[in-house]
Amino acid sequence: MATEQLQPADSLLDVERTFWDRLAYAGWFLWRDRSGIIGLLLFLVVVVAAIFSSQLSPYDPLEQNLRNNKMPPAWSAEGSWDHPFGTDNLGRDTLSRIIYGTRVSLTVGFFGVLIAGGIGLVFGSIAGYIGGRVDATIMGAVNLILSLPYLLFVVFIAAILGRSLLNVVLIFGITDSPIFARITRGEVLRIRESGYVESAISAGARRGRIIFDHILPNLIGPLITLATFEMSAMIFYEAGLGFLGLSVPPTIPSWGNMLASGRKYMLSSPWIATFPGLAIMFTSLGMNLLGDWLRDVLDPRLRRSRK
Amino acid sequence: MQRYFLSRLVQSVLLLFGVLVLVFFMVRITGDPARLMMPREASPEDIESFREAMGFNRPILIQFWDFFTGAIVGDFGKSLHFKTPALRMVMERMPATVELASIGLLMAVVVAIPLGLIGGFNPGSSADSIGRIVALLGQSIPNFWLALILILVFAVKLGWFPTFGRDELKSVVLPAFVLGLPTMGQIVRLTRSSVLEIRSEDFIRTAHSKGLDPRVIYIKHVLRNVLIPLVSVIGVQFGYMLGGSIYIETIFAWPGMGQLVEQAIGWRDFPLVQALAVFTSVVVLALNLLTDMSYVIIDPRVRYGD
Repeated sequence: MATEQLQPADSLLDVERTFWDRLAYAGWFLWRDRSGIIGLLLFLVVVVAAIFSSQLSPYDPLEQNLRNNKMPPAWSAEGSWDHPFGTDNLGRDTLSRIIYGTRVSLTVGFFGVLIAGGIGLVFGSIAGYIGGRVDATIMGAVNLILSLPYLLFVVFIAAILGRSLLNVVLIFGITDSPIFARITRGEVLRIRESGYVESAISAGARRGRIIFDHILPNLIGPLITLATFEMSAMIFYEAGLGFLGLSVPPTIPSWGNMLASGRKYMLSSPWIATFPGLAIMFTSLGMNLLGDWLRDVLDPRLRRSRK
Repeated sequence: MQRYFLSRLVQSVLLLFGVLVLVFFMVRITGDPARLMMPREASPEDIESFREAMGFNRPILIQFWDFFTGAIVGDFGKSLHFKTPALRMVMERMPATVELASIGLLMAVVVAIPLGLIGGFNPGSSADSIGRIVALLGQSIPNFWLALILILVFAVKLGWFPTFGRDELKSVVLPAFVLGLPTMGQIVRLTRSSVLEIRSEDFIRTAHSKGLDPRVIYIKHVLRNVLIPLVSVIGVQFGYMLGGSIYIETIFAWPGMGQLVEQAIGWRDFPLVQALAVFTSVVVLALNLLTDMSYVIIDPRVRYGD
């Protein structure tokens, strides 16, 4: 367990540290935890692929070439290094489509988490800080959404709203916000009851100062950790929606859409669906490893919750 | 304790009301349910007569009242595709899904709990590493993709299992395993961390210092306490599997509720989708209720509200 690696002196000196000291400490912690490094590297590969898609892909991901369709990957007998991961049923280059697919996944994951986190932070802190009837109302709605069969409702809404990137981002952003609200509320309650907030209040600090100086900074750690796990989950579920033909329009190269079209050729040309699946797996793996590490370094208390 | 049960029951009824409100308004968020449920090429006259027939032109509160009173007695209207009562279609498909999810859960539990226990009692051992890898992969592998790969390898290449359908006993193996995989990962993780946590509790140290047989400590003190978080996660996971069955049943052509969701969406048969959503939510709410109540039985420390 990572707790044993934490030296008491480090945590006691926390107050004295500058930003750079903290960064160096996090870096040292990351180096000790090899799985964290692997997670970070996998995540960075995806981010770089998304930013530099057009420079990295050997072909246009939409360019069809029916004469070269269903070409197997380079290492099989009929393959060639022109298309390292082969081509799909329309002769489009699998590698290029995987590289461009990172854009959809990261967009959904990033903006989905941003919206969910924003809504959750606002409602969760109101519920936790004000309490009473407001708290009961907000948490009632949160509990309602969290007790639903999640995937079924996501599929249901996606089918009604129709295929577009904006819809997918909104669906995940809104349906995932209750989790952020619940964690935020719990943290706000815990912080509000803590000794340092009590002493700030008795020292005459105003409400704004308590919220911005004491409560919000302490929320960052747990929320960043949660955001990493939720982003991984959204990338995963977006691919699932795409697989059912309910995510972004089929003209956009996304891993889910590649799985959906590759599924029909699973017996004759299995590589069409295999590579996007591997891409989802390694992205998810990377973000989960990164999340585990962030949890250890930012917030040891959260270690056992949820995932 | 009775008061707790009662308040929990009232809460479930309120949640159920919330589900009905959500499901009713969801098909209306685009503004026009008639257009949503009719084929894209339908003429304006067809849509108008459909709207008339479904009563979508009446005031919204009256529509909701009809939907609500119907839902209470299990009437969700007729499926647009089958022209038969929607709930009957759902009930016909239910046994297959319950079978799939139960066997999937069983497979997950049988593998995951021993792995988690071994890992928790011997952290850092090679068995522990296997458990952690299973946990990580269960969380990271997209199971709808793994289903395709397993069909290719074990059904097509090796011929051990049928590729799809629900005709023979062994058809359930592949879909149940794939459906249970994420749950397997979760349970390994949870069991392992609960064992680690409980082993460091004071009462375990006391039991050791009293000179109790370690086997007695493990079985009577540790295992009993590990059971508590497990019960709650297993309840939640069963609900999750009902959602996951949409993918897995579609891939394996397993004739259950998940496959029906996918088909109903393809047919734009939203009365059927509504019936499926409400029914599945009722099952999940009931499971959550049962889980919470079973705490009282497993954990004598819990005495809600007394």
